[in-house]
Amino acid sequence: MITLTDRGLYCEAGDFYIDPWGAVGCAVITHAHSDHARDGSRLYVASREGAGVLAARLLPDAVIDPLAYGEVRVRHGVRISLHPAGHILGSAQVRIEHRGEVWVVSGDYKVEADATCAAFEPLRCHTFVTESTFGLPVYRWPPQQAVFGEIDAWWRGNQAKGKASVLFAYALGKAQRVLAGLRPDTGPIYLHGAVARMTALYRDGGVPLPPAAYAGTEANAKREDFSRALVLAPPSAAGTPWLRRFGNFATGFASGWMRIRGTRRRQAVDRGFVLSDHADWPGLLSAIRETGAETVWVTHGYRAPLVRWLSEQGLRAGAMDARFEGETAETAAEESAP
Amino acid sequence: MRAFAELYAALDATNKTNEKVEALAAYFRHAPPRDAAWAVYFLTGRRLKRLLESAKLWQWATEESGLPAWLVGECYDAVGDTAETIALLLPEGEGEAEGSLSEWVETRLLPLRDLGDAERRRILLDAWRRMDHRQRFVWNKLITGAFRVGVSQNLVARAIAEVSGVEENAIAHRLMGDWEPTEEFAARLFSRDTRDAGISRPYPFCLAHPYEGDPAELGPAAGWLIEWKWDGIRCQLIRRGWLTFLWSRGEELITERFPEIAALGGLLGEGTVIDGEVTAWRGGAPLPFAQLQRRIGRKTLSARMLAETPAALIAYDLLECEGQDVRERPLEWRRARLAELVERAAAPGRLILSPPAPAATWEQAAVLRQQARARGVEGLMLKRLGSPYRVGRKRGDWWKWKIEPYAVDAVLIYAQRGSGRRASLYTDYTFGVWDGGQLVPFAKAYSGLDDAEIRKVDAFVRRHTLERFGPVRTVKPELVFELAFEGIQESTRHKAGIAVRFPRIARWRTDKKPEEADTLETVRALLGRAPSGRGSGEE
Repeated sequence: MITLTDRGLYCEAGDFYIDPWGAVGCAVITHAHSDHARDGSRLYVASREGAGVLAARLLPDAVIDPLAYGEVRVRHGVRISLHPAGHILGSAQVRIEHRGEVWVVSGDYKVEADATCAAFEPLRCHTFVTESTFGLPVYRWPPQQAVFGEIDAWWRGNQAKGKASVLFAYALGKAQRVLAGLRPDTGPIYLHGAVARMTALYRDGGVPLPPAAYAGTEANAKREDFSRALVLAPPSAAGTPWLRRFGNFATGFASGWMRIRGTRRRQAVDRGFVLSDHADWPGLLSAIRETGAETVWVTHGYRAPLVRWLSEQGLRAGAMDARFEGETAETAAEESAP
Repeated sequence: MRAFAELYAALDATNKTNEKVEALAAYFRHAPPRDAAWAVYFLTGRRLKRLLESAKLWQWATEESGLPAWLVGECYDAVGDTAETIALLLPEGEGEAEGSLSEWVETRLLPLRDLGDAERRRILLDAWRRMDHRQRFVWNKLITGAFRVGVSQNLVARAIAEVSGVEENAIAHRLMGDWEPTEEFAARLFSRDTRDAGISRPYPFCLAHPYEGDPAELGPAAGWLIEWKWDGIRCQLIRRGWLTFLWSRGEELITERFPEIAALGGLLGEGTVIDGEVTAWRGGAPLPFAQLQRRIGRKTLSARMLAETPAALIAYDLLECEGQDVRERPLEWRRARLAELVERAAAPGRLILSPPAPAATWEQAAVLRQQARARGVEGLMLKRLGSPYRVGRKRGDWWKWKIEPYAVDAVLIYAQRGSGRRASLYTDYTFGVWDGGQLVPFAKAYSGLDDAEIRKVDAFVRRHTLERFGPVRTVKPELVFELAFEGIQESTRHKAGIAVRFPRIARWRTDKKPEEADTLETVRALLGRAPSGRGSGEE
């Protein structure tokens, strides 16, 4: 029902693409990260919750058709509906039904709870198209409350040394999830401009978040005392002159890759916090199991190991060479990467 | 065990020296002496040898994980470290690894050596099931060795100095040489009584930084002692309590491997420590290092070998004289006393005063440096007159000004993932040079690129893989790199028929096309210029 073309995952029966990497007529979008939502298509179908952030990420003239979770659009007899994927605000799995056959394309997802977006909804289907960013058994996430506790302890430790705490997290999604998990009574919270823009959209969408101030222009920043503050900034801000305004500071990075010591040490940051918006190994396996799917396509991440594992469990599994990136391991990565 | 795992995590979480020292000091303040002794033992890079074959560790971890071996292998590829892979692979334990570090080491780790497999397996599984992944990682590291947490012996010494109030140099001295991690050792280590130097104990070696710039920036040459950089084994010869000890820089006691050097001890006064280089020496000149290396490899030394490859100590510094630590005296003073002492010993061809290189100006020194290869030395040593003998690798007073390395432009042909910090990136490269229209592999290099370049090459490797053989990828021959190396010799074990020493990437030649890389013929031409084979020097 879905085939891989040079412009992306294509549903011929319904004549639409899912997260295409080329310009197409109709693009159904799982979520607003730049490797899934690209400019140039004539029409975008996206979740109502995610329409705001998507509009902010695309060119101003993009036409977006918002769909409530669970609401059905029919195109050439193909029933399309969007269901929460638990990745970021408005992220969706795409359910496609045609002549009784059901496919679900997961986009990026996590099964863990997230205070800033709707929880992942398990869907039954015949064929499941899944990501596999962290598709190896060494990736198991610690309980997020423990991670937020570590962040708070790190913040307090830095305060005791008179240092600001600069925490790198992707501007869209991760930064807001971290913000929601911070304890505002520990100290003042500041945001980098890119984070502030996305955070405003989250607040507009009705997501409750603790108060946080814009870290401001250079002139403003000089008047602030950051020695007790926590600053949320995108990974691309690492090592840039923008950080100078914070004077003496420690850096941290919130990412699933921080689970591996080598990746953690390769970043020029003081601390790594294991926090991901993608499913870990047990999460991937439980999500796949709950779909009841007999056929599983794996789009990106540790594709080969997951395909082989699923095949050995008796499923039909294959790799689909999609141009999605998942979570990049480097702080130096483009801001726009998810 | 918990406190030690937390110390490890704290050390691992920072790159800042001060914070590491702080974490160490905090640990030592509260650790029972036996624990402190073991912690020092492991943190200074000592390891328990032959506890367990790592194949068994893998097998039991794989069984415990319930995963197929291929998937555990994939995990290793992503993580790049055995101890860590196992720590992450297994579900979190109850986090209750009660008991002290010394108890865990002495009642569980050490017995692994002599127990049967069933009992060993039981001990490991029990530990894994009780520990959380951080403790498990440290525990596995104790078994596999190689801590690599960015802590040097000097850093440990600094922390102990902070806790005990004893001067850092004295602590560094106590940490040298052979010792057992016992309660008594810890008591001595932290003791405020500094009249303790064990009689065999060497001093920390003063190490030189490589000099890269124009030596004229160091000021007039007259302010420097210019010596040859010998290519042998850096050693301290110690004479105390009528006994003689020869220590290598790797802190190995090698007195017995060099009976002719040991015999020199009897010619020295009581309380003497000489810093120098052991080389194979005949007819007033050094023999190639490879010959010395053959001697080191032998368990028993035949009379023939002693005659063919006699060893000498080229003495260049005096650290202890008449029982007094003289490291704080100026270099000229130490040299003058050393010269007297060598003269008195009268052992020509056995104990040799390192001769100054005949250079009065930097220009003359530069000429001598160019001739170094022909003289069988590695270049020049520059030592600041008036300087004390320092601990470790401190910048400013000692420089090694080595010969320019050989350089060859070669093409990247195979890549493999790195380990440790570079796991999951393609960082281990094999390079080829042209031989009749074919690229033949000629050297492997793992270092020389910065992180940004590594990421670019990694991305190239992933996009341009032609074939895979296990962990190795054959890539499209497109990227050209300048490789630098120190030595070159014929080899029957290498496809190209040559082996090079210390190859590393000098720079990425983005300006060159692969067809412009060097040929095997030009590389082989370097053979004629090289002195015959040599192995690894200490410094």
